[in-house]
This record gives sequence, structure tokens and C-alpha cells, in this order.
Amino acid sequence: MANDEAGGLSRRERYEKQQRRRSSLIAAASTLIVLVALVVLVPMAPGWEKVQKSFFNGAVLAKSFPKLLDAFKINLMIFAWSAPAIAVLGLLIALARDAKSPALFPLRIFGAAFTDVFRGVPVILTVYLIGFGIPGLGLPRPWNSPYIWGSLALILTYSAYVAEIFRAGIDSVHHSQRSAALSLGLSERQVMRDVILPQAVRNVVPSQMNMLIALQKDVSLLSFIGPVEIFRQAGVFKSLLANFTPYVGAAIIFLIVTIPATRYADYLMARQTRERR
Amino acid sequence: MAKLELRRVVKRFGDTTVCNGIDLDVEAGQMVCLIGSSGAGKSTLLRCINLLEPIEDGEIFLDGSDISIPGLDPQSVRGRIGMVFQNFNLFPHMTALENAMLAPRRVRGLSRAQLQPEIENLFEKFGLADRMGNYPDQLSGGQQQRVAIVRALAMRPEVMLFDEITSALDPQLVGEVLDVLLLLKQQGMTMVLATHEMGFARQAADKVCFLKDGRIIEEGPPSALFDTPQMDETKAFLSRALK
Amino acid sequence: MTRIFALAAVSCALMATTALADGHCAAGKTMTEGKFTIATGNPAYYPWVMDDAPESGKGFEAAVAYAVAAEMGFAADDVIWVRSSFDEAIQPGAKNFDVNMQQYSITPERDEVVDFSTPYYSAPMAVLVSPGATDTPATLAALKALKWGGVGSTTAVSKLADIVQPDGDVLLYGDNADVNAAMSANQIDAALFDLPTALFLSAVMIEGSKVIGQFPADAGDDLDQFGMLFEEGNPLKTCVDDALAVMTDNGALAAIEAEWLQDTTGVPLIK
Repeated sequence: MANDEAGGLSRRERYEKQQRRRSSLIAAASTLIVLVALVVLVPMAPGWEKVQKSFFNGAVLAKSFPKLLDAFKINLMIFAWSAPAIAVLGLLIALARDAKSPALFPLRIFGAAFTDVFRGVPVILTVYLIGFGIPGLGLPRPWNSPYIWGSLALILTYSAYVAEIFRAGIDSVHHSQRSAALSLGLSERQVMRDVILPQAVRNVVPSQMNMLIALQKDVSLLSFIGPVEIFRQAGVFKSLLANFTPYVGAAIIFLIVTIPATRYADYLMARQTRERR
Repeated sequence: MAKLELRRVVKRFGDTTVCNGIDLDVEAGQMVCLIGSSGAGKSTLLRCINLLEPIEDGEIFLDGSDISIPGLDPQSVRGRIGMVFQNFNLFPHMTALENAMLAPRRVRGLSRAQLQPEIENLFEKFGLADRMGNYPDQLSGGQQQRVAIVRALAMRPEVMLFDEITSALDPQLVGEVLDVLLLLKQQGMTMVLATHEMGFARQAADKVCFLKDGRIIEEGPPSALFDTPQMDETKAFLSRALK
Repeated sequence: MTRIFALAAVSCALMATTALADGHCAAGKTMTEGKFTIATGNPAYYPWVMDDAPESGKGFEAAVAYAVAAEMGFAADDVIWVRSSFDEAIQPGAKNFDVNMQQYSITPERDEVVDFSTPYYSAPMAVLVSPGATDTPATLAALKALKWGGVGSTTAVSKLADIVQPDGDVLLYGDNADVNAAMSANQIDAALFDLPTALFLSAVMIEGSKVIGQFPADAGDDLDQFGMLFEEGNPLKTCVDDALAVMTDNGALAAIEAEWLQDTTGVPLIK
């Protein structure tokens, strides 16, 4: 009997264990080689000293980091009020685009035009046009604040993308679900609200997580119209200290937030793929 | 007057005629089985009766009133005609109990508390009392299909349509679902089945209709249709199906 | 004998094609031998460069550039203009210019990465206000209450925090045009610029705006001084410094400043 052998492992189990050990060794060795190459070879480049001084300057990082963190609070604040608005508006636009009643035809056209326009224009242009343009019409303070109109630009742009993802999610719910719900006597609206949407939303959570991560980064575009968030604060340090390390500091702060979020989105995506199998 | 009457029902998908002038009477309390090869038009006919598909021509009467008038609100009719599908089509984001409660709550406007006794009773009757809190993916195929039947019954329909409801089940699970149909028949439910279960149709049906190319070729009591089929097409089909 | 004479003639002819005589300070130190390559902004602005045409020698920086070039022994034709952005100039690495002139304030931090000439201009800071705030008195107390903006890449940002210490949050922008847009949208009341820039913006860019005051030249710990920018370690620096020293001593620099930046008077000091 194979199981009587040492360790109580079967032939197959022993083979697989050996294979696993081999792949870990290879992975460890190749990682080590790459790391050594990076650590040893990069500093040998002729420009390394200058680059290190300009981009990886410890003193500059220590000096700028606390203020960068402080500025990052503004990013978080803008994100915090934009994200829910985007979710709501995106869903409304998605529903408007799928509206079937002829009375809602204008809404459908509007939904289509909305997504076409705001997906077609670079975010930064929308931020500029809305952030400077609408307040330029002569709104009194505080209603002309760049925070309001800059956020609106983000909300409009991201709603267009989020709406398309919601639509894909609605399409991903099998039509037999609709048949079953209709056969029970539910109205179209009830079918959408109680049966289709809950499934659609759940199907697109990972994709929407990716949109949130993108939004978190694009909040920095508001710096172009005034708010001193982390990107602008890093820029101020860069000009003041003639050093690019503050940008590296800002990148680190972004990564601290976005890497866990990205990993989580990937995990959700993988779990969903497993469930569908 | 029959409970359900179909007169010259025609249904087309583009150039394909799926139902080509179907006449059918279903008396109250009767179980009618539609048999025939895949693509004969059985499922489409059921979907037409439930108004999930509009018909091109002909009429459908429920209790003598025409429910196929173009422009008629299908919602009120669908509440009176329950339908169960081949692939169960339970709502995966709801528990078995929530699946059954959704339509009565929304359409009949009843609260969960008001519905609780009636629906729990249904679950008990079909041997699902301990499964009410489960989500569909935690149930076997046979259990899911029985939940789907409970869900349709929760609307207190007058007629039930069953579209090949055992076709997606493992053979050992078919029996538990067919038992449910027998129970319903005992209670006097009017039922129309599209089915491949010839043994069941012969044993339980009041009337069997053989469909081919969108027409009813032959119909009659099961003993007559299975033992002394008149038409060549029926004989050919049965010899294949009963082999 | 005739042969020697002929050789001398040929070598004289050869020397004539190179613009600089041996022993001249800049010889062998410029990118292209005999040419002096100067970078300016893209576009370059009044009053530093008139009509974005530095070749004309009109505008303060264009005039200084040609005067320095002449002092160093270059003919006007040997001056080559190129364009560069701010970031390009302070990045590490090789440059595509000998010197870069676009109102670079000299700071110790910048000086670690690049080299600066001695200053060719010392600019006081001035306050530009939006059309709605032109009545603001030129006092620090009144200025604190304004909604402030500025260009994020200038030293004005730290000056603002040090000298004015505004009551509210400061809004910062990428360039002068965006400050202009924010002022037009009434999102900010005031912005801090060096005086020449402030005068240019109020005169040309932002209709109805006004320069309401300037800070004394000794306000704060450091005065905004503009220097020409070199790649770190460029040996040409000493030649340019020498030329600037001569021009400062003989008054040529002051004359150019008077010609192109004479409007610097007439703006009151802030108390």
C-alpha cells in the first residue's frame, strides 16, 4: 500500500510536495537575482547619484511627508462626497438608458448623450471647463467654490463610466430571471428593482471597485483649479526645494491606499469567477 | 365553458412559425400534458398562455374572457396563471422564503407577517419546511424546483403551467418533483405541462396532446394516445420516445 | 618665406570663421563653439520678452541676454534661442541650452541641482487683486481677510504663508492663466506675484484687476532675485557672472531695467 510509506503520504502526494518545493526554490532564486540586479546595477548607472538626490532624498521626504499627508485629507474628503454621488447618478443614467416607455424617450437620448460626451472628453478638460466655466457665470460665494464644481466634473465623468458598467451588469443577468419574475405578476419596474438590479449590482462590484480606485487618483486633477491637495502640495515642495522627492512621497501615500484596494478588488473578482464556474 | 381555451393561436419569430393555429381546451381541474420533440412549440405555447410572448393571431380565453387582446395589461393575468420553468429560475440573491414572498408582497400588497403562515404552510406541504432560510445555491435541483413551484403557488394561481420542469434534474430527483404535481392534481389545480416524462403523462394526465411543427397532431386521453395512436407522426414519435 | 606667409594667411582665414579669439572666457565652454544658446519660456511673456520674439532683443530679459552676450564677445547673430519648460530646466541631466532665462528665482535648494548666475534683477513682491477687490486698502490686516490664490510652482507660495498669513485656505494653480481664470470666476480675490508679472497681468491679462501694493524689497528674509540658470557645474557661469558684474558696475543693467521695467514705480508699499 502506498499509504504505508514514510510520512503516510501517497505516491502522488509525495510527488506534488517535491514539485511545490522545487517551484518555491526557483521563484525565490529568480526574485533574489532580480533584486540583486536592481540594488547593485542601478546605482552603478552614471546618473544614479543625481537621480537619487533628486528623487530619493531622505531629508526632503522627511520634511515634506507630514504636510503631504495633511493635503491627502483633502483628496479623501473630495473622494468621500463624490463616490456616493457617482454611484447614484451612474445608476440613474443606466436606468434612463434602458427606459422602455416612449414617454421616457428624451431621458434615453439624454442618457446616451451624457455617457458619450463625458466618456469622450478627458477628465482634466471637464474639470477645467466646469471648474472655471460655471463659477465664471457669476455665482456668488460660496457657490462658486472650485471644490463644488471640480467635484461635479468628477461626478459627471465617472457617472458616465459607472453607468456603462451598471448597464453591462444589468445585461449580465440572464433573461430567464426576467421571465420568471414577470410570470409571477410583477411589473417591469418591480422586476428591475427587486430581481434584476440586486443581481446586476452584485455582479459589477469588482469593476466598480476599480472605478473607485481610478477616482481616488483622479481627485488630484482638482489641483488644476485651486484646491491644494496632495499632488499640488508635492508640486509646491518640488518648486521650493528643486527636488522631485515630494512626488515620490505622494506616490507612496497613494499606494498605501490603492494597493490594498486593488488587491481587494482582485480578490472579489477572483471569487466571483470561482462562483460562476 | 372550459377554464382555459386556445383558439387558432399563431406565434411567429421572424419568418419561423412556432405555433401554427393551435386549438386547445383545458377544463377546470384537468392536467393536460403536451408532448413532442424539442422545437415542436410546447414551451412557446406555454409562454404565450402566460403572455410572456404576444401572439400574432388567434385568441386565448381564461374563464371565458379574452386575455390575448393586444394592449391588455398582462400583469393582472399573470397573477392568475402560475408558471414553473425548466431551469427553476429562482432569484439567487434571495432565500427560498423570500423568493416565495416577493410577488405576493409586491402584487397583493401583503406584509411578510401576513404572508408568513400561508407560505410556511406551503413549504411544509412540499417537504421544504427546513429549507426556507436557504439560498438557491444551497439547495439540490429537486429542492430548487419544488421551491419554484411554491413560489408560483404563493400567488394563488388558478392555472399552473409547467415547462419541462424535470428536464434539468438528475434522474433520482425527478420523482420528488413529479410527486408534487400529483399532490396538486389531488387538490384540483388546473395544469398544463410540457414534458418528456411519458410514463408520468400516461399515469397522471387527463389529456395528452402531441405537437409537431407548431400544430397539435393528435390529442386524447393517455390510454388512447399512447396505446392506439391514430396518426403516423404520433406513432413514429412514440416509438422513439418509449424505446 | 612666401610659403610661411601663405600658411599664416590660411590660418588667419581659419580663425576668422570661429567667432571667438583664443583666450576668450567663453571659448570651448558653450554647447556649440562660437554660439551662445539661450533658453526662454514657451511662450515668453511681456515685459520679459516682447511679442514672444526674443530675437528682437526687446523686453527686459531679451535685452539683458543680448547685452551679456555682447559683453562676453558674441555677436548678436551668434545668439541662438531655444524654448524650455520650468521642469525641463531643473531636472537632472544634460541640457539643450547654455543658459536659461525665465525669471528663475534663486534659492539654495535649486542651487543644489543647477547653477545660477549672479542676479540680473531683484523683484519685489506685489499684490494683484480681482476687479471686485480693488478697494482693499494696502494694509496687512486687510490683505489677510482676502481669499488668496497663487501659482504653485513659484516662491510666492511660501512668501504668502510667511508674510501675509491669510485667514483662509490658499488656492494654488499651475500657471498665470489659471490664476487669471480663477480671478475671473471670482474664486479668489488676490494673488502674490513679483512686481513685473503682477503689472503685466493687471495690464494685459485680467481686465479690471489692479496691483494694489508692493512689499518693501527687504520684507521677509529673502528677496526674489532672478538668475540665469546653468546645468550644474557649467564652467560658463564665471564668464556670465563677469559680464553681469561689468554691466552692474557701468550701469548698463540698470539702464535696461529702467527701459523695460520702469513701471515698477507708482505702486504703494504695504504697511
